[in-house]
Amino acid sequence: MEEAFEIHQNEVEPSILKEFWSDFSKNRGAVAGLFIIILFILIAFFAPLIAPHAPSELFGDALRVGPAWSDNAKDGFFFGTDDVGRDILSRLIYGARVSMSVGFMVVFVAMLIGVNLGLVAGYFGGWSDRIIMRCTDILMSLPSILLAIVVVAILGPGLQNTVLAVAVVAVPSFIRIVRASVIAEKNKQYVMASQTFGAGPFRIMYLEILPNCLAPLIVQGTLGFSDGILNAAALGFLGLGAQPPTPEWGTMLSDARAFIESSPWMVTLPGLCILFSVLGFNLFGDGLRDALDPRLKK
Amino acid sequence: MIKFMAKRLLDLIPTLFGISLLSFFVIRLIPGDPVLLLLGERGADPAVYAEMKKSMGLDLPIIEQYWHFLKDAFNGDLGNSIISKRTVVSEFFDRFPATFELGIVALFFAITCGIPLGIVAAVKRNSFYDYFLMGGSLAGYSMPIFWWGLVLILIFSVQLGLTPVAGRMSVMFDIDTVTGFMLIDTLMPEIIEEEGFRPFFSALSHLILPAIAMGTIPLASIARMTRSSMLEVLSEDYIRTAKAKGLSVGRVIAVHALRNAMIPIITIIGLMFGSIITGAILTETIFSWPGIGKWFVASVNARDYPVIQGAVLFIATMVVVINMFVDLVYAFINPKMR
Repeated sequence: MEEAFEIHQNEVEPSILKEFWSDFSKNRGAVAGLFIIILFILIAFFAPLIAPHAPSELFGDALRVGPAWSDNAKDGFFFGTDDVGRDILSRLIYGARVSMSVGFMVVFVAMLIGVNLGLVAGYFGGWSDRIIMRCTDILMSLPSILLAIVVVAILGPGLQNTVLAVAVVAVPSFIRIVRASVIAEKNKQYVMASQTFGAGPFRIMYLEILPNCLAPLIVQGTLGFSDGILNAAALGFLGLGAQPPTPEWGTMLSDARAFIESSPWMVTLPGLCILFSVLGFNLFGDGLRDALDPRLKK
Repeated sequence: MIKFMAKRLLDLIPTLFGISLLSFFVIRLIPGDPVLLLLGERGADPAVYAEMKKSMGLDLPIIEQYWHFLKDAFNGDLGNSIISKRTVVSEFFDRFPATFELGIVALFFAITCGIPLGIVAAVKRNSFYDYFLMGGSLAGYSMPIFWWGLVLILIFSVQLGLTPVAGRMSVMFDIDTVTGFMLIDTLMPEIIEEEGFRPFFSALSHLILPAIAMGTIPLASIARMTRSSMLEVLSEDYIRTAKAKGLSVGRVIAVHALRNAMIPIITIIGLMFGSIITGAILTETIFSWPGIGKWFVASVNARDYPVIQGAVLFIATMVVVINMFVDLVYAFINPKMR
């Protein structure tokens, strides 16, 4: 009997990851999403090695050169150049750096705040819960871009403030998800057991309950990445985010608007980068949710 | 039901209070002195400065300032725009119909395309159509609409020359404001008598691209929601019974399944007002649509703080109140929600 139990336990350990992967990899969209994400992260990481030129280098003799497949193409500028003669390919590559780090910082800041407030609200309940959830409701009632613009209007435009503004928008969903999982977990037997052993509330919150809320948190983190990239680009497009000459995709789009008729490639390429990076995180996040959510399993 | 309504209305009070605090502090949290910001640093003559500060009420203690702000807001006074000198309230109501009209048409587009596409995907589950439609809807859901709007302009206005690039109406026609909705105002008898249907088609052609841009994300969410809701319903026993009775597939889907699948779909449509406003802010900026979204962005760029403050209060209150009505309507339709 004892032997059988041990064998069983040995089988369980590695199979959690394996089971996750077999569920996850069945979803072709999710795998494609993961591939897109890895590609963008690699581009961001190795930007100086891949990019043919520096992102702000001006080529005075090559203003608004078309991409390689167009009539007025020029050697050395595969995706053409912009209105002041900067290489668009290099700017897009460095833009991946900006967008990936903005996405990462947004999720990091929002998670840091959201997880702590969600744990407190869910575990202690009462007044702390009511106050935190009321603020969450207020923030969630505001349209996301409106709220981000308000924060930027207060702090002033710029990349750092963009991260803060977009993170503020993302915090409420983290609070809600953590709080909901804490409430579901806190009356389970393992929590009661450690309470009986005399564990303090913070030990229970962070070491006992939090690890059991990780699945929805990871999913929300992935989706938060895509929202973060999209909202930051939108702010950049409105002229309230990263300021020129930062090679941010949204900011590039807003500069390119004036040339939509004469140089359409300046508009199409940065937008495609935004679309694909956001799509990648959404595909990946959806796949994660399906693979991690036990309710959806047959 | 009455108890639920009362509870929902009471819930509104702290939320509105929070919104008023937020919009009150917008102007007061700006680093630096708002008076200097409004006067410009060179206009800082001490007498003018003191007068300005007094006229803005900034010399009072903060609690008193807030009280005045609330009292004025209740009386419909949100101050004047620094740039146009007109009241924020009248500026808002001048622009609101344009946003409302665009939002309604965008939502109409999203619903009329999204529900059929979702049904097709659900009925043809795991087929090529399903993968194609759901891949497309995820792309639509991830769409940076500020870019999507530009692409639409590039294809339909620049390349094909089918639609105007920006604005709400051709300058050739002079349309009197009756309802504020161009599609209705251009159909007034005297306009048709004078110009025929050309003003109406001009308004329509101006509206079409912004509505598509603004409706794309709602369309994608509606299609996804319709598919998953239909899939759930289609696996129910009564659907099998209906099929076994020999009813046609069309009838089973349209009458038996769709009716029950509609509840979550309606819920998601009702909660779309927030995202419509988000869409308005970006779409109106691209298409120079004279609505509240463009007005808001322009005021932020111009640092017209009274307008920012008023617009935040207006828009947020609108979204919250609409969401509350949506909740009440559901509670009325579906007693389980109470």
